[in-house]
Amino acid sequence: MSARIGIVTFPGSLDDRDAARAVRLGGAEPVALWHDDAVLKSVDAVFLPGGFSYGDYLRCGAIARFSEVMGVVREAASRGMPVLGVCNGFQVLCESHLLPGALVRNAHLRYRNRPARMRVESVDTAWTNEYAPGAEVVFPAKHGEGRYVADEATLDRLEANGQVVFRYLDNPNGAMRDIAGIANEAGNVVGLMPHPEHAVEALTGPSTDGLGIVASVLAARPASRTFDQPV
Amino acid sequence: MTRQLLDTVGVADATPDEKQPYAELGLADDEYARIRDILGRRPTQAELAMYSIMWSEHCSYKSSKVHLRQFGQKNPKTPRLLAGIGENAGVVAIDEHLAVTFKVESHNHPSFVEPKQGAATGVGGIIRDIIAMGARPIAVMDSLRFGELSHPDTARVLPGVVEGVGHYGNCVGLPNIGGETLFDPCYQGNPLVNALSVGVLPRERLQSMQASGVGNVVILLGAKTGRDGIGGVSVLASATFTEDDDSDSRPSVQVGDPFTEKLLIEACLELFDAGLVVGIQDLGGAGLTCALSETAAAGDGGMHVALERVPLRAEGMEPHDILASESQERMLAIVAPANVEQVLARARRWGLLATAIGEVTDTGRLVVDYHGQTVVDVPPASLADEGPVYHRPLSEPNDLALIAVDRAETLPRPATDEEIRRTVLDMAASPNLCDKSWITEQYDSSVFGNTVLGTPHDAGVVRLDERTGVGIAISLDGNGRYARLDPYTGAQLALAEAYRNVAVTGATPIAVTDCLNFGSPEDPHVMWQFERAVTGIADGCQKLGIPVTGGNVSFYNQTGREAIHPTPVIGVLGVIDDVSRRIPLGFGQTGDTIAMIGTTGEELSGSEWAWATHRHLGGVPPKVDFDHEMKLADLLSRLAGTEQLAAAHDLSEGGLAQALVEAICHSEMGANILLPEGADPFTYLFSESTGRVLIVIPRGQELAVRGACEQRGLPITPLGVVDASTDGLHLRDHFDIGRAELEGAWKGRIAAHLGE
Repeated sequence: MSARIGIVTFPGSLDDRDAARAVRLGGAEPVALWHDDAVLKSVDAVFLPGGFSYGDYLRCGAIARFSEVMGVVREAASRGMPVLGVCNGFQVLCESHLLPGALVRNAHLRYRNRPARMRVESVDTAWTNEYAPGAEVVFPAKHGEGRYVADEATLDRLEANGQVVFRYLDNPNGAMRDIAGIANEAGNVVGLMPHPEHAVEALTGPSTDGLGIVASVLAARPASRTFDQPV
Repeated sequence: MTRQLLDTVGVADATPDEKQPYAELGLADDEYARIRDILGRRPTQAELAMYSIMWSEHCSYKSSKVHLRQFGQKNPKTPRLLAGIGENAGVVAIDEHLAVTFKVESHNHPSFVEPKQGAATGVGGIIRDIIAMGARPIAVMDSLRFGELSHPDTARVLPGVVEGVGHYGNCVGLPNIGGETLFDPCYQGNPLVNALSVGVLPRERLQSMQASGVGNVVILLGAKTGRDGIGGVSVLASATFTEDDDSDSRPSVQVGDPFTEKLLIEACLELFDAGLVVGIQDLGGAGLTCALSETAAAGDGGMHVALERVPLRAEGMEPHDILASESQERMLAIVAPANVEQVLARARRWGLLATAIGEVTDTGRLVVDYHGQTVVDVPPASLADEGPVYHRPLSEPNDLALIAVDRAETLPRPATDEEIRRTVLDMAASPNLCDKSWITEQYDSSVFGNTVLGTPHDAGVVRLDERTGVGIAISLDGNGRYARLDPYTGAQLALAEAYRNVAVTGATPIAVTDCLNFGSPEDPHVMWQFERAVTGIADGCQKLGIPVTGGNVSFYNQTGREAIHPTPVIGVLGVIDDVSRRIPLGFGQTGDTIAMIGTTGEELSGSEWAWATHRHLGGVPPKVDFDHEMKLADLLSRLAGTEQLAAAHDLSEGGLAQALVEAICHSEMGANILLPEGADPFTYLFSESTGRVLIVIPRGQELAVRGACEQRGLPITPLGVVDASTDGLHLRDHFDIGRAELEGAWKGRIAAHLGE
């Protein structure tokens, strides 16, 4: 049976269908999760897609953090379930304190959509283990609030622990230390701003490098573990 | 705040001589008399507000209607057309399962007053038209025109408009797949913001705006109603209130909330799929007034509304305010009583407000009560369909004959190779031709994961169905300078270019939408331009065999007495059976042949060269040949996806020189070009003769392509080869321009002008 990857739809999620397509093309089964239901439907991993969760007129992801689904996602993540947050999903993970630091307005103050060239800095995560160490990948980056910031001590710790997962080669937003994506200490929770789900078909994307994300989580799935909440 | 007695129908009956501010509301004496005639009494204030809005130029098309009829008369019959002019947007069949709806609309004036919100709500408005047809919106496009790029006010208007278009489209989750941005001093005090949206639907999901079925419930979905966009009707406020502090002229530009629009899309689609609505209409210009009267007029003819049920976000709103409000992100649904609970529940699930405000009746009257007192009682068709029709005087502008003889072909030209080389670079750096990525990077282009071609391609291409690969191509084009010289030909040139841009991707053009931006219809010269342009489009579409399915007229685009160039903007929709066959922009491989299809004449009047280098606008625009365009489109659709064609690019503003610059900058290849013997390099590079396409033919396929061209009577001229080792552009016997120098000229211009 193929792995079941839950894709959360908040009311303002935009890339949820695209995430489902990427999961399908990557050989897993996409499972729709709803923001207002505290259930994970026995999924093996969770994908928080891009968009504007609840409109994000406050801070991006600030309200999503309190949603029903994020309660169970937080709990499952603490037990080791792989969780990926892309763009708005990354913002939600930071607001939920599943990842350190914050994503603030781009340094140039504008929304910018460009293919982002990045280096895979860590392959010791649930979402990147199938990439070659130091591999260069291209995913579309498209956001107005994607500049990663954290205090120096946090940044140093992330670097030292190998928690910097993706680093921009042409920093599009002024992110500190060119950070595009990070992981938690355990490596099961990863957040990044550029969109791997928009790099899964040569016809529509700048590359097909995004398929490696799904391949990685499939490889990472421990056969014997279930991450669903206890009944 | 104290109010006078509500101006009910009873009060109106009892006070027939009450003076009413109809002139301030823009109604003529005879129009006011006609309203009294229709009602058999004076209108109430709410009714007066409704008539003044519905009979305005914007809603009634009273000046344009007599001319727009040509579209209906000349439109070719096609079984593809499922809904046409008069609907919220035209609907065209794609295959036996799918249909597409698309439309372009203007939001010019609001975008000058408040660029960000004006542009944002323009995008929001056109998206709701698409939803109202039963479709999921899948992409947007925008056609923007500003004053001089170097003018200080452009630095206010342009970034705001771009931010607004981007913010709304990005937040609602629609890819922006193309469009155009142009500059001309005639738009300095009146920029043009034309937004297009396209949506897809299963054919059986097509919705109507009919309020039919007596007893069916009228449900208002979406945002609360506030004072936004009340505009002209605010004169009634001062007439209504005796002692008030509310002589409130709040900004009449509406404020957009794309998050609520996103909820509207999802909720409406759920309602359609579950078969829960009988009719649906968006609330746009004229708000509830328009939606109530149009749905009632299209249905069984009667409706009763309890206006106090409308959820409000401002205090002290009078009935006429509620009826006139242009608050965004609202839709009106007609629902069978048995389904009301389900509709409300589904809206709640999406966090969307839904309120039953009335029901369908068989009285033939639109009756609006406010706390039990009747404030409106009118035949709905008198608002929606039976507005005034004007036959305004037409007169050719006096200066046109003089302008026609002031030909750009007689202007001084660059003579030496070095001067021509400099001209290529100067043109590439000019505002109209330079790289627009500072703008397009502010738009999401890939959400949905179906964008196959986006900017800077000639047309946007979107996949509709992953299983079959079927997709559509859309291009949006206009050229105000050509239309100023000759509105008939100018409109046809825009049509021909949009048609060709679609064809260049390999798609087959099937339908047209238009946004007609003109000055004041009260000026006979403007009206003449309008009539000529409409006739040009109607005649052109007849020849091309593709129908106009809908669009929008925007008059009064002028500053003082100075009208903008007549600017018909044309959107052409094409279908491609498999998007993997699309023809990209670019240059293929080393050794591929670069060739041009079409004929280059000495056509420089109205050209970008004449404007950019001489500030000249005169002469007659290039000739249009629709037969040739059709043959070209046929050829391209046959070559698309075969081994015979690697890339293609339309030649338009800036001519061959600009097409080469763009193809080089978009690829990693250089171009080794040898102009045909005897060709005058300047004319060959900068003429804007129409019907031309630059194509790239893989090595070994030249004969086959030549044969295909000859078979169709299309002239083809080899121009050179693609070469990775050539740095940029090599024009043999004339000059070289390295890639770095080309890119240096073409890129970064917009940001530099805006000081970023």
